[in-house]
Amino acid sequence: MSTYSYFPGCSLEKMALSYHQSAMQTTNAVGVEMKEIEDWNCCGATTYFHVDELLAYTLVARNLAMAEKAGHDLVAPCSACYKNTYFTSKYLKEDKDLSDHINYALEQDNLKYSGSIEVKHLMEVFVNDVGLEEIKERTTKPLAGLRVAPYYGCQIVRPKKDHEDVENPRFFEELVSSIGADPVDFAYRLRCCGGSLIITSREAALTLVRNLLQNAVDSDADVIATACPLCQTNLEVYQMQVNQEFDTNFSIPIMYFTQLMGIAMGLPKKKLGIGSEFISTDKILTYAKEPA
Amino acid sequence: MATRPTFSEEVANLMHSSHGNPLNTCIQCGTCSGTCPVAEFMDHTPRCLIGLINANQKEDVLDSNTYWFCASCFHCTVRCPSEIDISGLMYSLKRYSIWKHHYSDDAIGPVFSETFVKSILRSGRSYEPVLAPSYIFSYGVREFLNEAHTATNLMLKGRIPVIPPKLKRIENFKKMADRIIPMGGAK
Ligand code: SF4
Ligand code: SF4
Repeated sequence: MSTYSYFPGCSLEKMALSYHQSAMQTTNAVGVEMKEIEDWNCCGATTYFHVDELLAYTLVARNLAMAEKAGHDLVAPCSACYKNTYFTSKYLKEDKDLSDHINYALEQDNLKYSGSIEVKHLMEVFVNDVGLEEIKERTTKPLAGLRVAPYYGCQIVRPKKDHEDVENPRFFEELVSSIGADPVDFAYRLRCCGGSLIITSREAALTLVRNLLQNAVDSDADVIATACPLCQTNLEVYQMQVNQEFDTNFSIPIMYFTQLMGIAMGLPKKKLGIGSEFISTDKILTYAKEPA
Repeated sequence: MATRPTFSEEVANLMHSSHGNPLNTCIQCGTCSGTCPVAEFMDHTPRCLIGLINANQKEDVLDSNTYWFCASCFHCTVRCPSEIDISGLMYSLKRYSIWKHHYSDDAIGPVFSETFVKSILRSGRSYEPVLAPSYIFSYGVREFLNEAHTATNLMLKGRIPVIPPKLKRIENFKKMADRIIPMGGAK
């Protein structure tokens, strides 16, 4: 059984508890152990970098140091946490001065980060480490006929990390296919949901959300799948506000990819946190059927 | 004789740790503006803002709402043919404007950012209800009611925590932050 250091991030404690629950259930179902980092702290989201960069790196480094101490690669289900943690780890590995400075601060908590671990998004663990074949194998109730809009959003693919394809990634579509559902051609899949603009520039963010919802509806999607708590919140929780603001009539469920995987694996919906959403997912659940 | 740095040099210094090419390599192609999902809300497009920086138009740049509208989506950064880290630039300008206290009164971003950071330095984790006062009062009545309605629904669905989370080793955490920015333990 492979084991990872799991960094849930602040949103998954409550706002996106269902993401946490479904992540635990599905990783467990494919034989992967997620050990929560003890006493982890906030990664600073995007906001921290508005105020002080060095402090932002330090906060992230504390989580990295604890994951390293446990001896496992770090996994983040939130795309913002993932991006912050991935790049902090990269910069600390590359820049000795920076790492000396930050390790000097970490001493106060008896920690040190030497850069020996990797940072992964939860979806990468499924797609690359577990593998799509294995996921297919565990899919007992394929979601045949379910039209899923795979919404990547921003920080799971950007900024560019290595030589990966940032303009036309396919891994989310492949994951959707592996559980028997149909990934739709979703043109806006890489467009921003507005992130924290929902607070600081409400009108702009609601416009972005509206455009995304419209594009998903135009592509005939039954559900939008997300891999980030911020995206889920903006698209789902603010869907009603979009309807009021723009006189629209959207009512499209927004589910975490782990929830879709979970129902395809026949896991009980309650354990996947289904029921805490604003927009009913009942219709989606009916697609999970044992093949005739 | 010592000379003062120009505004474009100041910005270059602010971006010392960003990982792109210098702003003077910008060819004004407009790819960033064409990519930016919020460009229509900005008073200057990203391309225009970079032109203004390169021309040392400090006041125009700082008065602009452009960088506070940036959602950090990194789309411009991955597409810029000159490999300029435009998102990194927007972060730098946010920091500069907070540092100089130079932003318009109705901007929510600076106050929200500072409130967010202070709240994390106190408890180690973020807690939505503490953050609300930094923006909610700037809303109009209808937005306020919508927001209150949303918050109530979230509460009913059990999606907002009642008790603020806190680290176990919060004292060490504060001492750690103090070694980066001495604030007497971020009180
Ligand atoms: S995409 Fe790059 S080169 Fe083109 S205008 Fe924007 S910053 Fe300048
Ligand atoms: S990172 Fe900012 S400036 Fe660049 S495209 Fe996204 S919102 Fe626009």
